[in-house]
Amino acid sequence: MSAKGNAALPIEFQTQQNRMNILGFWIFLGAEIVLFATLFGVYGVLGHRHAGGPMQQDLFIIKDVMIQTMLLLTSSFTMGIAIFEMRRENTKGLLIWFIITLLLGAGFLYMEIQEFSHYVHQGATMQTSAFLSSFFVLLGTHGLHVTLGIGWAVLLIIQLVQRGLTPVTARKTFIIGLYWHFLDVVWIFIFTFVYLRGLVS
Amino acid sequence: MGIKWDEFFVTGDPLILASQIAILLTSIGAVAALTYFKKWRWLWTDWLTTVDHKKIGILYILVGIVMFFRGGVDGLMMRAQTAVPENNFLDAQHYNEVFTTHGVIMILFVAMPLLIGVMNFIVPLQIGARDVAFPQLNALSFWLTFSGAMLFNISFVIGGSPDAGWTSYFPLAGKEFSPGIGNNFYAIALQIAGAGTLMSGINFVVTILKMRTKGMTLMKMPMFTWTSFITSIIITASFPIFTVALALMTFDRIFGTHFFTVSGGGMDMLWANLFWLWGHPEVYIVVLPAFGILSEVISTFARKTLYGYKSMVLSITIIAVLSMLVWVHHFFTMGNSSAANSFFSITTMMIAIPTGVKVFNWLFTMRKGRIKFTTAMLWALAFVPNFVIGGVTGVMLAMAAADYQYHNTLFLVAHFHYVLIPGVVFPLFAAFYYWWPKMFGYMLNERIGKWHFWLFTIGFNLTFMPMFFLGLDGAVRRAYTYSEQTGFGPLMLTSAIGAIILAAGFAVLLYNIYWSARYADRNISNDPWDARTLEWATASPVQHYNFASLPEVKTLDAFWHMKKNNEIKELNEDEIQEIHMPSNTWIPFYMGSVFLIAGFFLVFEWTIAAAIATIGIIAGLIFRSFDYDEGFHVHKDEIIETEQGWRKVGKGVKNHVS
Amino acid sequence: MDKTTKSFPISHVIGFFLSLALTFGAAFVALQAGLPANTVLWIIGSLAVIQAALQLYMFMHMNEGEDKAAQSINILYAVFIAVVIVAGSIWVMFSGHSH
Repeated sequence: MSAKGNAALPIEFQTQQNRMNILGFWIFLGAEIVLFATLFGVYGVLGHRHAGGPMQQDLFIIKDVMIQTMLLLTSSFTMGIAIFEMRRENTKGLLIWFIITLLLGAGFLYMEIQEFSHYVHQGATMQTSAFLSSFFVLLGTHGLHVTLGIGWAVLLIIQLVQRGLTPVTARKTFIIGLYWHFLDVVWIFIFTFVYLRGLVS
Repeated sequence: MGIKWDEFFVTGDPLILASQIAILLTSIGAVAALTYFKKWRWLWTDWLTTVDHKKIGILYILVGIVMFFRGGVDGLMMRAQTAVPENNFLDAQHYNEVFTTHGVIMILFVAMPLLIGVMNFIVPLQIGARDVAFPQLNALSFWLTFSGAMLFNISFVIGGSPDAGWTSYFPLAGKEFSPGIGNNFYAIALQIAGAGTLMSGINFVVTILKMRTKGMTLMKMPMFTWTSFITSIIITASFPIFTVALALMTFDRIFGTHFFTVSGGGMDMLWANLFWLWGHPEVYIVVLPAFGILSEVISTFARKTLYGYKSMVLSITIIAVLSMLVWVHHFFTMGNSSAANSFFSITTMMIAIPTGVKVFNWLFTMRKGRIKFTTAMLWALAFVPNFVIGGVTGVMLAMAAADYQYHNTLFLVAHFHYVLIPGVVFPLFAAFYYWWPKMFGYMLNERIGKWHFWLFTIGFNLTFMPMFFLGLDGAVRRAYTYSEQTGFGPLMLTSAIGAIILAAGFAVLLYNIYWSARYADRNISNDPWDARTLEWATASPVQHYNFASLPEVKTLDAFWHMKKNNEIKELNEDEIQEIHMPSNTWIPFYMGSVFLIAGFFLVFEWTIAAAIATIGIIAGLIFRSFDYDEGFHVHKDEIIETEQGWRKVGKGVKNHVS
Repeated sequence: MDKTTKSFPISHVIGFFLSLALTFGAAFVALQAGLPANTVLWIIGSLAVIQAALQLYMFMHMNEGEDKAAQSINILYAVFIAVVIVAGSIWVMFSGHSH
């Protein structure tokens, strides 16, 4: 709980409490890996049980999926730049790249909501088949994470504007950065094992 | 809509009516007492908003003991019903509910809170820290666990209990076969409590990695801290699986999805798979900290360093990996391929090896030791033979082919009670007797403790030993009655008598707590057992900042060596510095309350109300995000006064080995 | 892990272009290459793992800071559990005669 700073380190690592929070978040990400792995496992078991309902090839549109993937990949990159600017203690640069990241994230969410409502209009709902149950819950969990991440980041932007770049706000920003990159990692696996694989077979 | 209003309260059963009246009277009594003695402010500032790891630990233990009573009553009702053939004490439905809640409560709301409570109290002290890494999060963990426990508990008076077994297998637990809301209580209450447990796991991993005092390398940590560390790792690795499984169950039951349903392409056996992917590591989550307690107790009362410390560390680390690879042995009979059954049969037998290593380590620790037969030590001694019975029958069950014979019989019930009662409950009782002076500043009475010990161990063996034979004779578990021709009667009656003795043992523990709180000697030193680890280096009961100055560690059993080498320092008032501590906060208690409300609405499938309550959860999160409280400093004068208060009176500081 | 004084985030840009290449590569292999389904699955799976590692090292700085060992062991352990859950569930659920 010491507030003693170590100025040789990047700003987010300067206090002991900050280092504990960052490590704690890494451990939490370990738990998140397990959580998503369970959902992937469920999808792996149920993904081909269509119960007479629509199949992957009937639903997925590769162009939209590629746009979603680009949006999220780019947002992960801009988030990296935001943290880069933070380490240079350039608050303005941090805020600009941070906001770009969120806009890209919001664009991704918009696409995803469109996609879901499109499926529902085609009669492919969560209640249709085991495949669609596991599909919607896996993607919905990811989408919920993105939504929470955006809400959380907005709160943090307010704090950054109010308080400027302090070890505490820097640590919070760094942790959101980790979270955001992690969501991109999860998406890579959704892209590969849900969409691409669904379109192969 | 999940329920009709006239079904809101469970009615028509005199036992439940009596409980409803008892709950009402107790609640009125508690409110009246708090008002009469003007204790509301005390309750709020000292307990409900606390972030002190010691108080949170005590709260966990309190919840665990209360739930132990509830789960114990469930157990007694089961034994009463089966004491004689064709008994009509409980009907089949009520029996189903009782064995379900007994299992859930004993594992998730007794074993877990008691162990996490002891971890909370002891681990920061053992590593020479002043709190856990995230004190607010720790309070949140507790209040979520508490909310989950309360939500689960009210099911038997409001809405109806879950009745599909503690494993809640599909399709029985699905909407089709259990249309009531009872199983919603299972899915949602465990979800809330599980979230709290997951946060505890993360908190303790970071605490143990980052907050050890100077000189305490990983290989100088006390064994209880090691086992708590590995347990926390297994918690973070396995609870997310349960989170997902319960969420999918909730979706199936409330939103009509097809994960585990028979129709729509769902797979009922996927539930069993997910449940045990979490459920087996869960066994190690409860048993490892208990092994840590035993290690501390045995080494203290055998007055020797723990034998084979490194092999102990190695074996628990191996368990962290192997415990994730054995889950299929819970459903060998489900129709898996013989390759799968063989694989998991082998991994199950493999995991018996590190466990066996530990048993030998404890035996060798005692070898040539000057053993003191305190009550705590008696529990540790009784653990060995009783647990070995549980372990060896476990290896019998691990043989997939033989399991077809044992599966779903009372043999299995006897097996896991022989694992969990000697493996978790005995060590917890040992922990109570051993650490009580550290928690409360007085010791539990040793003579009453021995009554507790003998009644409980004899009662336990009398209750569960007959079940091995009943099971081999073909008595199935979860059957509410049996005919006279089966010949099960005499052994079932023996078991029921054993249960009464067991319950008497528990009652003696409660009496001991009452007696000791009133009459026990308050003049004890900081180290009444002549113990070995750092928690004994500070006051009993522990002052709120734990250590006036943080100890420095050179060896394993650090405190023992300090005493032996005359390194216990007098209080040097000039060296005392202000101590930074975290402030109390209302947010965790608030979050627990809104989770309880939102969970309650969701159980009754009032989704709109639940969504509105969720706004309360989000509001709490937003408030927390803007909360920049930086804690407070304890002044030097206060520290000096506190330290003199315990060092210079009565038995004060113990500074030598006797 | 010193304070950054560089003015251009070169490693981020490299990481970004690599991840783009991996994504389009995976899409090409899956949709255009006409390989057998099993081969495709192995290739795109490997590409996904590489891309995840890229994110962990180049963007998330997993191997930085005084806790890099703990962070890396934690993620490796979590990945091990993840493999056990996915592969184990699929194997157990599909290999039995119940299926």
